[in-house]
Amino acid sequence: MIQVISVIAYLVGAPLLGGFLDGCDRTVSARMQGRQGPPLLQPFYDLSKLFHKQILAVNSLQLLLNLCYLVLLAIAGAMLFAGADILMCLFILSTADMFLIVAAASDSSPYSSIGANREMIQVMACEPLTLLMAVGFYLTTGSFQVKDIIAQPVSAVVMMPGLLFGFFVIMAVKLRKSPFDCATSHHAHQEIVKGLTTEMSGPTFAIMNIAEYYEIILMLGIVAIFFINATWWSWIVALVLCAVAFFLETLWDNISARLKWMTLFKGCWIVTLLAGGINILVLMLIR
Amino acid sequence: MAKLAKSPWLLHYDGSSCNGCDIEVLACTTPVYDIERFGIYNTGDPFQADILLITGGINSQSESVVKQIYSQMPEPKVVVAVGICACTGGVFKECYNIKGGVDTVIPVDVYVPGCAARPQAIIDGVVQALEILQKKRDDFEQKKKAGA
Ligand code: SF4
Repeated sequence: MIQVISVIAYLVGAPLLGGFLDGCDRTVSARMQGRQGPPLLQPFYDLSKLFHKQILAVNSLQLLLNLCYLVLLAIAGAMLFAGADILMCLFILSTADMFLIVAAASDSSPYSSIGANREMIQVMACEPLTLLMAVGFYLTTGSFQVKDIIAQPVSAVVMMPGLLFGFFVIMAVKLRKSPFDCATSHHAHQEIVKGLTTEMSGPTFAIMNIAEYYEIILMLGIVAIFFINATWWSWIVALVLCAVAFFLETLWDNISARLKWMTLFKGCWIVTLLAGGINILVLMLIR
Repeated sequence: MAKLAKSPWLLHYDGSSCNGCDIEVLACTTPVYDIERFGIYNTGDPFQADILLITGGINSQSESVVKQIYSQMPEPKVVVAVGICACTGGVFKECYNIKGGVDTVIPVDVYVPGCAARPQAIIDGVVQALEILQKKRDDFEQKKKAGA
């Protein structure tokens, strides 16, 4: 019963909460830069505008592929919130990304193709750590099931701090935050126009944005299962730390310059090897 | 204040200006003027833009570019001509290669005079454009409903 409720809460609430977090992100970023910034609900105004725009489709496929991206992300998140297999959830997450890459590569714009290439590199840079993280959860708790992971007497983070750090870096890549934002050019908007999303307009782009909101909540959900254990107050701690993690990502976004894709790739793998690899080794030794 | 369009995304194109107006346009995004407080977002992508901001007059080379950018923007959309060059051709009007203001090639909704146009004037022009944009949006909705 609780599973059903939490899945429905995710499916309905994630776009709302994700949009709200995006609004907070934009406002906080503006304040960090000494500006007033947009209204808090700006992402929702943007979405409603995008849905009311004319559809300028470059091909008939792109809208469908974006919809697949959205649906798969929703499924991946739903699995996490249902307490199901985390490994499966992560696999579906990367499959979802593939649809986005194909959507971007399906049109003729060179900017969009470059964006798709870079997104592919980002996926390759992130994948090892997400897998190691799943293995880490297994070594710590003896199960891949999220519902078992969060029912342990002590939080998983005690045994896997390195993996949490690694995941924090990966999260910045997945959320398209500044040091790693080379596939869409959120901030450096003139470099490859809008990268991946260059030829997405109106409703197609809105769908991609909603999918991103699902992704934000999914990422924060994974952060949460590092902290949640059998006690009730660990949920509150997890909630607070998720907010802190999101704030740190915003801060990082604002104080760092963008990296080239090669540096991104190397950086992610080095973090994976050092933080993730050593953490896993220790876990295997003490088991 | 009339009902304003809430999420206007802006695309800036330099027709053939002296760069004076462009610098003023960029000044609008800085902390002092901060156009993002109106929800305005400076995008580089015509596919996602609602407002086309053009500085400088149109010459025979930029003509096709401006037409193409305009055609790539989805409805509803508005055009703002910034600076006297974009309005009429300005000091370059008599040049052999200049066709004149932006309205010689695409329809313009708001004219912002000045050489260079001050950031305050540009923001004022854009906010006026928002009113027009909202009206176009309502019309577009009605047309869609009538068509459906
Ligand atoms: S109006 Fe003046 S400042 Fe602006 S582009 Fe023309 S000459 Fe330059």
